[in-house]
Amino acid sequence: MAEDPNRSSTSGPSTRAIEIFIALFTFALGAIMVFDSRRLGAGWAFDGPQPGYFPFYIGLIICFASLANLATAIVERHQRLVVFVEWARLRQVMKMLVPAALFVGAIPLIGIYVATTVYLAGFMIWVGRYAWYKGIVVGLGTSVFFFLMFEVWFKVPLPKGAYHFLRYLGY
Amino acid sequence: MEELNSLFYGFSVVLTPYNIVLMFVGVFLGIIVGVLPGLGGANGVAILLPLTFAMPPTSAIVMLSCIYWGALFGGAITSILFNIPGEPWSVATTFDGYPMAQNGHAAEALTTSFTSSFFGALCAVIMITFLAPLVARFALKFGPPEFFSVYFLTFCSFIGMGKEKPFKILVSMMLGFGLAAVGMDMVTGTLRLNFGFSELLRGFSFLIAVIGLFGIGEILLCMEEGLEFSGRSARLNLTVVWDTWRRMIRFWGTAIRSMVIGCWLGVTPGGATPASFMAYGVAKRMSKDGADFGTGKLEGVLAPEVANNSAGTSALLPMLALGIPGSPTAAVLLGGLLVWGLQPGPLLFVEKPEFVWGLIASMYLGNIATLILCLTCVPVFAAILRVPFSIIAPVIIVVCAIGAYTVNNAVYDIWYMLMFGVFGYVFKKLDYPLAPLVLALVLGDAAESAFRQSMLLAQGDLRIFFSNWLVGSITGLALFALFWPIVARGLVALRASRVGATAA
Repeated sequence: MAEDPNRSSTSGPSTRAIEIFIALFTFALGAIMVFDSRRLGAGWAFDGPQPGYFPFYIGLIICFASLANLATAIVERHQRLVVFVEWARLRQVMKMLVPAALFVGAIPLIGIYVATTVYLAGFMIWVGRYAWYKGIVVGLGTSVFFFLMFEVWFKVPLPKGAYHFLRYLGY
Repeated sequence: MEELNSLFYGFSVVLTPYNIVLMFVGVFLGIIVGVLPGLGGANGVAILLPLTFAMPPTSAIVMLSCIYWGALFGGAITSILFNIPGEPWSVATTFDGYPMAQNGHAAEALTTSFTSSFFGALCAVIMITFLAPLVARFALKFGPPEFFSVYFLTFCSFIGMGKEKPFKILVSMMLGFGLAAVGMDMVTGTLRLNFGFSELLRGFSFLIAVIGLFGIGEILLCMEEGLEFSGRSARLNLTVVWDTWRRMIRFWGTAIRSMVIGCWLGVTPGGATPASFMAYGVAKRMSKDGADFGTGKLEGVLAPEVANNSAGTSALLPMLALGIPGSPTAAVLLGGLLVWGLQPGPLLFVEKPEFVWGLIASMYLGNIATLILCLTCVPVFAAILRVPFSIIAPVIIVVCAIGAYTVNNAVYDIWYMLMFGVFGYVFKKLDYPLAPLVLALVLGDAAESAFRQSMLLAQGDLRIFFSNWLVGSITGLALFALFWPIVARGLVALRASRVGATAA
């Protein structure tokens, strides 16, 4: 593996590291459940089980199983050489995730229809490398279709945002 | 033949022009959902659920279940033409389906897959028709301990039969229970695990989790793999369909074996995916040209398709009769029923017979509608996949976001969806199964209250789960399923040591 000339292009976080991280993370979630259930009372009150009774044991099982997963991840040393995701591919994933997060962040401000137009057009132009007019046509077309489908046909109102551009249309 | 009378009553409820139109709309949407990457039966139904809130319950469930049939059939189109399984349960279909398409027999492969799907689903529906009322009548005698032991059995068989590591299944399932516990406690009204955030008062909706885990997670995976769609084209005509049907009749034995496997794994919550693999494996072992499997054998398409559809359909039996879904999609359908105030389970057969039998009748009609649409519209659906991924992917994200928003009309739900998406991506890459998480999230409250009521009855004594032969045998079965991996490993080790001893 060490003399692999393409090593730099196939590098990335190892599966073992991610396994260990996730096991610790689920352990933490279990521990939070255990503590919060203890706070609420995980025993018996005069009228039966207290609110934390069931989640307490669920939390304990999560902690126990996470430790088992942690142990497996530590023992399986060969996973250290297995790449979880190559950096180049992780960049691809981020190209999807970051615009999606921006899109979600924009919804409360400009509403879902305007955000959809901008998101689709932007994604096609910058990630898909389409000509700008194609992006705008597809973006506008899709959001008009969604507008008709939800607001007009099914009468399901979607968020229009703080800057309510569509109020001039009567919606 | 009381069931037949009820069934014909069901047909009379369903056969209105409005419902038939909805049926075709549902199937059409379902096939699209099945063809698109990132959208599947579970999140497709979850996204479209809010659109049906304005309809009468029977029409709504007819449309939703037709989306499910469409997705079950549609997954095969992409497997065969593009070598991309649209659904996890159609992975086994690619083994022989894609080679057939490469050899120029795409039309035969598609016909085989649709017809086998239809056969599998039809057998499962017939089973539901006669078995579900019996199970429901039997379950009327159930008290809280019995119900909890059935839940226990459901979850234990996930651990025992899953192909992932048992502790990973356990973590994922318990996280589902944990997420279900967030928010208001149903019994005492105490707030649990919300840490002062008012957004968490209502807890996590499982619909959001389904849309995020399966939809967004899948899109991120597709993006990582850099999906390039390059597929074969196919056009079906009557001669091909007729010839393929004549060839398929020879494989009736394989079909029946696969159907039995599918029905069995569908009722017990193994689900469609393991059923399709198992049926493929069994067909390969039993067939006389099993060695040629993988090179484009008709039988290799038939076996997994019969199995996955009979499993997918029979997963609705425990959902209807006991209120315990056998698959994530059945869980979403159950969530839909709860929205209309219909509590699935034994009482539903008594209280709302027109609804139950309408649904069962619509399963027959829906499958016929799906077969017709599939056989006639393949080029249309294949064309969808020729739309480049950089257009399809953001559109799917937008659809998921709209679906997540409409569940509760809350924008922060879209953030949860994105968060679940990232978890879905990581969990999938590390082989943490997602189905147990979703089922636990759906059943969490019901399982908890069954457990608490049992504990109240028994004053905290766990022996109540062995207090009579009924609850005792269910619990015993559950424990057997739970420890099956250990037993199986022990058996293998024993056999290996024996072989080692004779070899030495």
